[in-house]
This record gives sequence, C-alpha cells and structure tokens, in this order.
Amino acid sequence: MFSEISEYFRTEALPHIWCPGCGIGTVMQALVRAIKTLQLDQNNIVVVSGIGCSSRMTGYLDFNTLHSTHGRALAFATGIKAAKPELDVFVVMGDGDAAAIGGNHFIHAARRNIDLTVIVINNSIYGMTGGQSSPLTPHDKRATTSPYGNLERPLQLLAVAEAAGATYGARATAYHNQLLTKVIIDAYNNPGFSVVEAVSQCPVSYGRRNKFKTPADMLRWQKEHGIMKGRQEIGDEEFLIGEIFRAQAAEYTREYEKLRQRLQGGER
Amino acid sequence: MSNARLMQGNEACAEGALAAGVRFFAGYPITPSTEIAEIMAEKLPLLGGTFIQMEDEIGSMAAVIGASLTGAKALTATSGPGFSLKQENIGFAIATEVPCVVVDVQRAGPSTGLPTSPAQADVMQARWGTHGDHPAIVLSPASVQECYELTVQAFNFAEEFRTAVIMLMDEVIGHLREKVELRENLAVVDRKKPSVPPDRYIPYVNDESRIPAMANFGEGYRYHVTGLTHGENGLPTGKPEVAGKFLQRLTHKLDPYLDRIQRWEEVELSDAELVIVAYGCTARPVREALGAARREGLKVGLFRPITIWPFPSGEIAKLGGRKFLVPEMNSGQLVGEVERIFGPKNIHRYNRIDGELITPGEILEKIREVMA
Ligand SMILES: Cc1ncc(C[n+]2csc(CCOP(=O)(O)OP(=O)(O)O)c2C)c(N)n1
Repeated sequence: MFSEISEYFRTEALPHIWCPGCGIGTVMQALVRAIKTLQLDQNNIVVVSGIGCSSRMTGYLDFNTLHSTHGRALAFATGIKAAKPELDVFVVMGDGDAAAIGGNHFIHAARRNIDLTVIVINNSIYGMTGGQSSPLTPHDKRATTSPYGNLERPLQLLAVAEAAGATYGARATAYHNQLLTKVIIDAYNNPGFSVVEAVSQCPVSYGRRNKFKTPADMLRWQKEHGIMKGRQEIGDEEFLIGEIFRAQAAEYTREYEKLRQRLQGGER
Repeated sequence: MSNARLMQGNEACAEGALAAGVRFFAGYPITPSTEIAEIMAEKLPLLGGTFIQMEDEIGSMAAVIGASLTGAKALTATSGPGFSLKQENIGFAIATEVPCVVVDVQRAGPSTGLPTSPAQADVMQARWGTHGDHPAIVLSPASVQECYELTVQAFNFAEEFRTAVIMLMDEVIGHLREKVELRENLAVVDRKKPSVPPDRYIPYVNDESRIPAMANFGEGYRYHVTGLTHGENGLPTGKPEVAGKFLQRLTHKLDPYLDRIQRWEEVELSDAELVIVAYGCTARPVREALGAARREGLKVGLFRPITIWPFPSGEIAKLGGRKFLVPEMNSGQLVGEVERIFGPKNIHRYNRIDGELITPGEILEKIREVMA
C-alpha cells in the first residue's frame, strides 16, 4: 500500500517521468520499504544520484537528496560521508552512470570501503538518452549504437566491486522485489561499501529491440533467469541473485576518525 | 604580536583557507599546486577536518561540493589540466549554489604544456570554462600576502554569495617565497542559515537579496539539490516562466553586490598618460618598470585588477582618454575586456607565451615605444 510509505515521498514532485512498464519505480519502492523497515531518521538520510532515468529517483524522495552529475554520484557521496559520517548515505545510479562514466569512482569508492549503500539499477541500456548500449548490455543484444548486436562483453560489476575492496555485494531484480528490499537492508547494515545490483526492465528502449513484446515478458524473463545463489550451475543468460559476496575490511570514515583521535592525543 | 613568516604562495593560500575555517579538502596531485594538498593532508585531521586524495579532479570537485552540502567549508586546488577536468562540476556548484573555493595555480598550456612554467592563460577558462550562462568570481593575487588574504576573501565570497569562487594563482606567485603577515583579525563570513522552520523553508527562494539561505544536509531541512534547472522549491522544472526566473536570478545574482566584490589597486594613476593594466605575476615587473619610467619623466601608472571577474570595467572606464598597455603571460585574454570598454584604439598589448617571465626591462621598453 502506498499510504504505508507515502511519508517518504515528495508528492508535489509527481507524476514521475518513467515510462509505463519501467522497473525503476519498483526499485524505488524497495529502497523506501528498506528504509522504513530499518526505521532510519528521515532527516539523517541522504540519497545521492547521478544522471539518467534511474537517477531521477532522488527528486521524488523526501530525504536530503542530491541529483548530481553523470557518473559522479559516488564522488559526491564520498564528500558527504567523509565530511559528516553520521549521515546515512544511499547512492542510486544507472548502469551507464555506475559502470561507464563513473567506473573509476566505483572502483575507488569500493577500494576505500567507505560506508555507502549503493544501488545500481541495471536495465542493460542507456535509458535516458534513448537506448544506446551500456557496459552492462549483454553480448549480441541490440541497442541504437549496436544496431547489429553488441560486440562487446558486459562488465561483471559485482565481481569488480569485490575485487576492488567492497565488503558487500548482492543482486536482485524488479520481479524479486522482496528479495531486493531484503538485500538493501543487508547492504545498509554492512558497515562499508555495499553494492546492490537491481536488475530492472526498460521496455521502451531495450525490450522493444530485443524481442520482448511486453513489460510482463521482461519480468517473466527476470523470474526465470534469476537463480538464487547456492545452485551450482547456471545456464546461458541466467544470473545469480541473493547475497553474492561479503567481506570484512576497515571502513574509511572510521579509520579517518581514528586518525583524528590519535592526533588529538598528541601522537603522529 | 607580529605573525610575520617567510613562506611560499601556495603555503600562504593554505594558511588563508585555514584562517577562513576550511574543514574539508579533496584534491589530486598536480604541479604547481600540490603543496596546498600536502599542507591540508597534514593539518586538517589535526583540526577535526578531513582531507581526501581523490581518484581524479572530477571526483575532487564532486567531493568538495558534497562536503559543503553538509556544512563544511571546502577547498580544492589544481592546475591547468586538472582545472579543465573540474569544469562540469564547477558549473554544478554554481547552478546549485553550493559554496566552495577552487584554486587554479596556472601553468603554461594548452594540454600538458610546459610543466611547469608559468602562464596566465586560464583567465577565460576561469570565467567561461563551464558551459552555460553563469556568474563568476575570480581572484588574482600578485603577492604571497595576497595569497593569504584573498583565500580568506574567496571563502567569504563563496559563503556569502553561495557560489564556487576561483582563486586564480600562477606558478610564479604559488612558488614565490616572501614575507607574509598572517593577520588573525580578518573577517570570516559564514553562509546564511534558514531563519524559518523546515516546513516554511524555500530552498531556492527568489527574494530581493538574490541569495537564498542554505540549510545543511542533516539539519532537518530536507530538500532537493539538482543541476537541472529548478524552481524555488528546488525541484526540476520545464516551465519557461519558472526556468527563466531562476536563470535570471542566478546569472544576475552578483549584480547588486558588485561594489563590494570588485577590488583593484591603483598606482600613480592621477597624472598617468599611460595606464598599464596588469594582474597576478605580471603586475610585479610592471611595478618595477614604473619607477624607472617615472625617472625618465614618463607618466605611467598601474591599474591592477584583483577581482579579474567580475572585471572592474566601471573603474577602468573612468580612465578614458589615456593610452593603455595590457601585458599578459598569454596571447591576450584580459586585454579584450579593456577593448570592450574603449574599442581597440590606443590599447596596446604585450604578450609572452614561451614560459618565460616578462621582465621589468621588457615593460620599460614597451612603455617607451607606446609613449614615443
Ligand atoms: C557528462 C555527460 N555525458 C553524457 C550525458 C548524457 N546522458 C544522460 S543520461 C545518460 C546515460 C543514462 O544511462 P544509465 O546511466 O544506464 O541510466 P538510465 O537512464 O538507463 O537509468 C547519458 C549518456 C550527460 N548528462 N552528461
């Protein structure tokens, strides 16, 4: 029910810009439900986004919200969290935002293991600009800039996050939205750089070009191809969902605070 | 008690930032600006602040804006190539009205250029480097003392007018060592906070002051910050009348304050037949050449813009009817602003772009030539 969570929305900012059948709203709802379950102080929450359809989410949410520049959301969020670590900082990005133009910030934010809860909405395409291929567009799939099928291979974003030093990684889909809420909660509770890949559908710019007749077909595809982690073998086009990795490492802002304390004690 | 010390321009800039209350620095190493980052790395954690070396200059600029949104006075410092990378996010800070200070210690470009010989070639980039119409405040120190004082001023302007302020230094001033008085009684300005409760807060209110009060993230005033053109409520708009009102306010928000923002120095102008307009490192050889020229009976004076943007056109216009000489370590950037006032007649240029300093002797020769 919307009324259960309506306090977290800026109703004056509605209607939203997303197309019928788009999955971003579902991801937004999962985020808000996670925040409600966590019972976080609304005034203490910051949501940062980049640029793209996914990133328009911040305009609709009634928190401290920052709709930044394309690819740079994590760098803005790093400044916020480093300057005021007591804030709860969430970051929402599209797949192009996070993995192409923002790829370097993604690696380095993970390397610092800075305590950010990151949601990458992976719709396999550049939605806002009208359906160009992204670093997460699957091989052979069509986009306006890969009209004969994508020659490139998609980036394994969670594997990159893990290798770079993130301490939590999970994947869910718009179809598996209760799982999505759960992994966002777990991501928040992990004190470090935590990434949730939210597989979502873009019926208009991706589905139409790739033989999905309706948004429901795309959700069905998510249902059938998202395989709960634990199963040994996964087939062609299948992907794992659930918690993908978890690790322990020092968190950046806590380390920095220790440094301040040490220096105040006269030690160098 | 005298607080005189011998220090470098970059050090004085860092000291000025500390005197202004800086609590956050994000940067990426690049000569000739790196000393500023190094000093911040050492001092900020001692003061309870934060230093972070980011992965590039784009990220540094982003982090500075993020930090400022939480209430911290935030600084970044760079040079040529890094200044280019910061441009998109400088525009973001200007459009979203988030106070911050960006130091650009100019070096010879374009591209990697002559690392790290001096130049003054970022004058136009400092004004128009980011896309779209926007206001700009750019300060140009000509001494180590000014590096200190103008950095405090840069923060004061950033906080009062809610914008990104550029400290446009150059390699000469940044690395020059001279005596500086670290005055402690300099006025320090903090951003205007909302005087109304959160439910009555209008984050981008368009009132007479043209400068909305700014709530910091986490203080109970939840609002939206976006680089999309927005209305008074901070939310994006596509309506021409709302967009137009916002852009009018933004682009003209400094206009009522020009008298307080514009700064310049005048040397021997009252009887001068030739006015030399010089700024930053180039003002130094001009000052020396003036003495020699006067001894030869040549009536020459110096007009030194300290705020190069907004350019003090009104003051210079008062000097009409005289000859002008504009020496610059670029191929002629600020001279265009003087020509805009008077037209090209009687406006002379002297330019060096080979990474070598302009000498007092060269200026003197040029004075003789122009006045002959
Ligand atoms: C520096 C810069 N380059 C390009 C753009 C144009 N642009 C806007 S959104 C976007 C990509 C959006 O794709 P994605 O990040 O996957 O998000 P989605 O719209 O699919 O949610 C691009 C290239 C921009 N705004 N800024």
